[in-house]
Amino acid sequence: MSVEPLPILTYPDERLKTVCEPVEQFDPELREFAEHLQHTADLGPSAVGIAAPQVGRMQRLCLVDATRAKRPVDNNGPLVLINPAITNWKGFAVGREGCLSIPDYTGKVIRAETIELTAQDIQGRTVTFKMKGFEARIAQHEIDHLDGILFLDRLVSRHADLRER
Amino acid sequence: MTQPWLLLTLVGADRPGIVAHVTRVLFGVGAELGETAMMRLGNQFAIMMMVRGAGNPEEVAGLLESTRADFGLKLHVDEIDAALHQHREPDVSVIVHSADRSGIVSEVTAALLEAGMNILDLRSDVGGSSDKPIYIMQIDGESSNGIEPIEQCVARLADQGLTVRVTPLETMRG
Repeated sequence: MSVEPLPILTYPDERLKTVCEPVEQFDPELREFAEHLQHTADLGPSAVGIAAPQVGRMQRLCLVDATRAKRPVDNNGPLVLINPAITNWKGFAVGREGCLSIPDYTGKVIRAETIELTAQDIQGRTVTFKMKGFEARIAQHEIDHLDGILFLDRLVSRHADLRER
Repeated sequence: MTQPWLLLTLVGADRPGIVAHVTRVLFGVGAELGETAMMRLGNQFAIMMMVRGAGNPEEVAGLLESTRADFGLKLHVDEIDAALHQHREPDVSVIVHSADRSGIVSEVTAALLEAGMNILDLRSDVGGSSDKPIYIMQIDGESSNGIEPIEQCVARLADQGLTVRVTPLETMRG
């Protein structure tokens, strides 16, 4: 894609603290936006996910792509998640997170180890996924963005030592 | 021209108010704080702090003299060639524990160096009881040669009576 990446909002932009609205229109414009968002993430520093509010679109859409992990991890492939909701979760793990909207800082966050979620795909069809480990962490991080929550809001002690993932 | 960063180190018997008093003095003269690390070691409280904009090392030491004396601190100030936004991300964690004995840190860090690991963060502690102390060490670092050499070196450390766990780390960025 030759188009310019979308500008990424950075902390402390208030829009990053805003709860997003559900997506209701599943039309070509939405598909074009999702592709543009993916292009934007591709040009970022090794991102494995991105959420619409990070580029100022205050709707419940995010991308999750655990295939981009440096080490192979269980995954459901590249995903566009629209109006996602976590329906079940189990276990806890500490992991280090960073964010395209918070340059030059990473920190430890506790996330559920396994989750189940329901969402809609780009055509509006209901989809469900089971995720664990790194992919589950990405999804939780991105869904947090849709609720105006940043990983900074969930930091734990830098010496926290539940099982690392 | 921006003044260079200074590294302040302050150590003294732990008591409430050290950080608040030191930073109040620095804030009062318009100093800028950079990255800091502060922790209790033994019964002492240790501070390492990047500071600039408060003058040269002698001037900063003068500003803090009253606080230093009030709290009975040892103070050291050095000009350093440092900059912010130089973070590195660890990709491996090594956790070591065993009955306490001399040489653990030396043996483990020498082995990790040989395996190509650059230490970014190390904390160690002595727990257990006075008559049966245990040593616990947590290290985060960069594995320049991959994790396999580290796992091999850990196997050798196990032969020396140390329990060592190596965990790859990956920062999730989204």
